[in-house]
Amino acid sequence: MIETRGLRKSFRSRQGRETKTVDAVRGVDLKVTEGEIFGFLGPNGAGKTTTLRMLATLIEPDGGEATIAGADLREDPAEVRRRIGYVAQGGSTWEESTAREELVLQARMYGIRKADAHRRAERALAAFQLTEYADRKCKTYSGGQRRRVEIALGIIHEPKIVFLDEPTTGLDPQSRAHMWDEIRRLRIEGMTVFITTHYLDEADALCDRIAIMDHGEVVAEGTPAGLKREISGDVVLVGLDLAATPQAAQLLDSEEYVTKLETVDEGGLRLHVDDGAVAIPRILRRVDAAGLPLASIELHRPSLDDVFLTKTGRSLRES
Amino acid sequence: MKLARDTWLIFQRQFQLLLRNPVWVLVGVFQPVMYLLLFAPLLKPALNAPTQAEAYKIFVPGLLVLLAIFGGLFQGFGLIAELRAGVIERSRVTPVSRLALLLGRSLRDVVSLIAQAVIITLLAFLFDLRVFIGDLLLAYLMLALIALMTSAVSYGVALKVKSEDALAPLMNTVAQPVLLLSGILLPLTFAPGWLQGVAEWNPFSWAVDGTRALFAGDLGNDKVWQGLAIIAVLAAAGVFWAARQFARTVR
Repeated sequence: MIETRGLRKSFRSRQGRETKTVDAVRGVDLKVTEGEIFGFLGPNGAGKTTTLRMLATLIEPDGGEATIAGADLREDPAEVRRRIGYVAQGGSTWEESTAREELVLQARMYGIRKADAHRRAERALAAFQLTEYADRKCKTYSGGQRRRVEIALGIIHEPKIVFLDEPTTGLDPQSRAHMWDEIRRLRIEGMTVFITTHYLDEADALCDRIAIMDHGEVVAEGTPAGLKREISGDVVLVGLDLAATPQAAQLLDSEEYVTKLETVDEGGLRLHVDDGAVAIPRILRRVDAAGLPLASIELHRPSLDDVFLTKTGRSLRES
Repeated sequence: MKLARDTWLIFQRQFQLLLRNPVWVLVGVFQPVMYLLLFAPLLKPALNAPTQAEAYKIFVPGLLVLLAIFGGLFQGFGLIAELRAGVIERSRVTPVSRLALLLGRSLRDVVSLIAQAVIITLLAFLFDLRVFIGDLLLAYLMLALIALMTSAVSYGVALKVKSEDALAPLMNTVAQPVLLLSGILLPLTFAPGWLQGVAEWNPFSWAVDGTRALFAGDLGNDKVWQGLAIIAVLAAAGVFWAARQFARTVR
């Protein structure tokens, strides 16, 4: 659905007398398949929005190629525009207009006839639960309502792909959960969804596949589960008192599912295993059979932040 | 065809928003009306005009051109607000014609200018100004072309600078000398030779002369077609340049 090869963009910025060139995106190769929710995860300034704006024909790439929904980005941006929807990060509604007016205008800008535009607007208002506020000015809407209008605007022409730039930034937790449902609904309706986010949980919960971006480059690409599995297995923390620790260590070190065993200074063990859910009952049985006093057992699964840390040497939460 | 349709679409939208807040048309007309009521009565003695109506025939065309220049040049502010709200970016990801994005807005400005010009002309009728309708319509055409040019330029500059703080001083710096060098308030026939020489190079000076000739009922005067031609060419150039700003990728 989307394929890019070596997409590049640099900006020149002036600071006083010096002109500096900032390489915002340095060669992005991506493959997004039809019908998936694809996430672009990375800290602010990683080049996610720039890449998205290039794909949405808003800025011209300095180099590289891209095919979007079968149309060539460099050769035929007009055709790309017809096939995609784009929802910007900073909003796109005019305060003095109503949601209905905005939707009708948007449909008509895509060349849809007046009567059809009105029908589509009506349908979109119902689908996004906006009918009640349809004829109020946009400035009266809550953050969540406004964001729903913006997404409705982005898909009024039924594009094959919709790009959502940080769709949940600034929303309260409830609106955020609601927005996730809306995004999943887009996929059910057959759209390919491309989102950017700097929220780890969002990438994890919502996206079928993600690409992690840092300093203008894609540093990892895969399913959230696959990426986590790739960097490390699960960690099981076994809580024991200091006296019982050496014996338990000896006991468990010989188990084949334990890939690495560390003892904790205050007592207890840290076991690296491939799959914690399978390992825990076996650990329990083993420790129990030996009659050792087990205080607690805890499972740690790697997060996308661990993936980010492994790939970039920094934590996403810090950057 | 697509251009006409898209232009009409953008124009309708912009005009609808204008009608929702028609007070801006009145705010725009307030200053010229003040000039008309509080400044123009000084002109009969000052210009040595035989009657008050004669003085108005000189002053009102200048006032209307002034309104067209300033009204147009400051339209860019509205565009910066739209830019900030993301409306322009949202339009630019659709296949809508880029030229239509500009023309729809500029035509709205032309229509609101003509509405203001009508208000001022009607007020001037109360002071015994009389103009032949055909001449008046041609004068309105001149005003429309001026407004088309200045609003297009203002939109183009707004897209380039993207901030009100930069646009305001820029427009003022351009507008002041243009205004003073076009003989808007007083005809440049009173000016010393060097000033007239400089004004020759100011297209708006030609526009003012042409409009004055029309108000004087002097349709055959060369200034009329010269003024119209100069302004038409500049309007086309302004629209062309500004439409390119809409088409160009804005970061």
